[in-house]
Amino acid sequence: MNEQPTGHPLLEVRGLKKYFPLRSGLFSRVSAWIKAVDDVSFDVYPGETLGLVGESGCGKTTVGRSILRLIEPTAGEIRFAGMDVRRLDSTQLRWLRRQMQIIFQDPYSSLNPRMTVGAIIGEALYVHGLARGQELDRRVQELLAQVGLSPSYRSRYPHEFSGGQRQRIGIARALALQPRFLVCDEPVSALDVSIQAQILNLLQDLQQELGLSYLFISHDLNVVEHIADRVAVMYLGKLVEMAPVDELFRNPLHPYTQALMSANPVPDPTIRTRRIVLAGDVPSPVQPPAGCPFHPRCPQVMARCKTIAPPLVRSGHGKDEHVVWCHLYGTAESETASSPSLSSWSSTAGDSGAAFLQGR
Amino acid sequence: MADLPRTVAPVDTVDLAMPETPLQEVWRVFRKDRLAVASLGVLLALLVVAIAGKVLTDWIVLVNPETVRLPEKFKPPMSYAATELLSVADRPPFGLYLLGTDELGRDVFARMLQGSFVSLSIGFIAVGISVLIGIVLGGLAGFYGEVKLGFISVDTLIMRFTDVMLCFPTFFLILTVVALLPPSIYNIMIVIGLTSWMGTARFVRAEFLALREQDFVVAAQALGLPAWRIIFRHMVPNAIAPVLVSATIGVASAILTESALSFLGFGVQPPYATWGNILADGKNFIFDAPWLFFIPGCAILTVVLAFNLVGEALREALNPRLRRR
Repeated sequence: MNEQPTGHPLLEVRGLKKYFPLRSGLFSRVSAWIKAVDDVSFDVYPGETLGLVGESGCGKTTVGRSILRLIEPTAGEIRFAGMDVRRLDSTQLRWLRRQMQIIFQDPYSSLNPRMTVGAIIGEALYVHGLARGQELDRRVQELLAQVGLSPSYRSRYPHEFSGGQRQRIGIARALALQPRFLVCDEPVSALDVSIQAQILNLLQDLQQELGLSYLFISHDLNVVEHIADRVAVMYLGKLVEMAPVDELFRNPLHPYTQALMSANPVPDPTIRTRRIVLAGDVPSPVQPPAGCPFHPRCPQVMARCKTIAPPLVRSGHGKDEHVVWCHLYGTAESETASSPSLSSWSSTAGDSGAAFLQGR
Repeated sequence: MADLPRTVAPVDTVDLAMPETPLQEVWRVFRKDRLAVASLGVLLALLVVAIAGKVLTDWIVLVNPETVRLPEKFKPPMSYAATELLSVADRPPFGLYLLGTDELGRDVFARMLQGSFVSLSIGFIAVGISVLIGIVLGGLAGFYGEVKLGFISVDTLIMRFTDVMLCFPTFFLILTVVALLPPSIYNIMIVIGLTSWMGTARFVRAEFLALREQDFVVAAQALGLPAWRIIFRHMVPNAIAPVLVSATIGVASAILTESALSFLGFGVQPPYATWGNILADGKNFIFDAPWLFFIPGCAILTVVLAFNLVGEALREALNPRLRRR
């Protein structure tokens, strides 16, 4: 899937921030902010899969939901097909709903237990006025067939299905409005390994067939290596590294990415990998460490990592770009010395987002 | 093909071993509680009696609870009427006072029949009102809770109002209101309904807060479904289980409240009979005619107990954590 030409991105995210208030005390004053997502920028190109990996709690899901406007971001820009997602009126929001959809991790809580499969899949078509009556029924049957289920299942209830089948129903629901972009929020993490492969292959087939773009959120590196074209690595609400999948797995630059890779199980007991064991726990996103968020656990920590935010170091362009936010590979000075020109709409984006933008 | 043995099922039908529906599952767990099944039987019987009571005392008057037969007063249960003293219209059915007569010679069986309909309808309608208010307020607090109205959020406004309502000694509030309003059966239903919705509101709010985080609700938002559709098609049907439980127990407490009001003379006014005012009349003759006191007393006890037992068993059966046993 790497053969698509480098065109304009379908989705552009710049300096995305989401801070959740932490309330305490008698009058629910905001005592602190949980920085779930802190200054994240990336692009998704038409027809590609961007993998978003990181530990649980690092803000992956928040990123996905902010893009869909299911969560209102604190700051940052999200552009989808040139439209500013955060400034859509209600008509434009209805348009957006037909352009991007979401697939969930838990196939048990993602389907309404009181509705038939046909109603679950067809509801959006009905509400958006895209199909009624027999046409609606025909579309629902088509969608079921498209995800590899028998069209006769439409009158059954979700509890009659297995996890993998339920995940297929969830995919059919997401496809009903014929979106261009899917946020896949850990879509296979809750499934058995054999079922995982089936669902991944289904997602890849659908991508080929329908020209979909995916933001594929996962903590499973093997899955991401299998499905993604490019991979972004998140740690504590920030991106630490982003590169094409082959490049990232062959040449991980950031110490955190290296540690993640070394922790990834390899299905061959004869291979002995050098395991980088990180000390300590993930710090609280309420008070992230100063400088580089990874410095308290980094095996290659330097003095400046503790005070200065890491610079963005980049090689390559567009989809082949390999970017890393790390002091090991460059200095903040070289970064600030480069051109200050920013495109007008990204003026509220943070430093790394702006620097990232000017590179293209 | 015709030679094939017919006993072998085609492969397709293996698939037909369908897992039980949620309703079947609830019934399976509920059925294990023998006491609750018996209580359900009592309640179904009560329903039949109440409807029969309405029909027989109001529409086709076979038994008249208002017939006064002074020579026949204080007849114990199962005693025969002195039919020669009574006109044909005044005779009880089969000439038998099934549950005796009271101090005016009125047939207690007829009065209990009439009272059963009153009690049950007050229970159901009052709870209907309270459930409706509870779902609307709890749903608003749960779904639109974060919306600000000036300096205060919708959630804070509604839930603090609920707390205020809970702080009132409800029974004295009802007494005051009933003392000010004309004492009609409808006023009593409405007043009981208006003062008993707080539990439901809290339940519904809690369920809505939990449901709002569920993926299928998030999916509905992502699909661009309108809010009313998300609330009524996706959230309310999934929040209804605890409401059902509290409604069942609520019927019991509404019946109890009505009986207490009638006992105190603030409830349904004579000559209309309710279990509460039969009990109130009977208390004066507790040593001479104990059935006047014990019959309505036992009826209230049984019905309230049955509603509570059914409610508790429903709570068990509907609780997903306790289900797999």
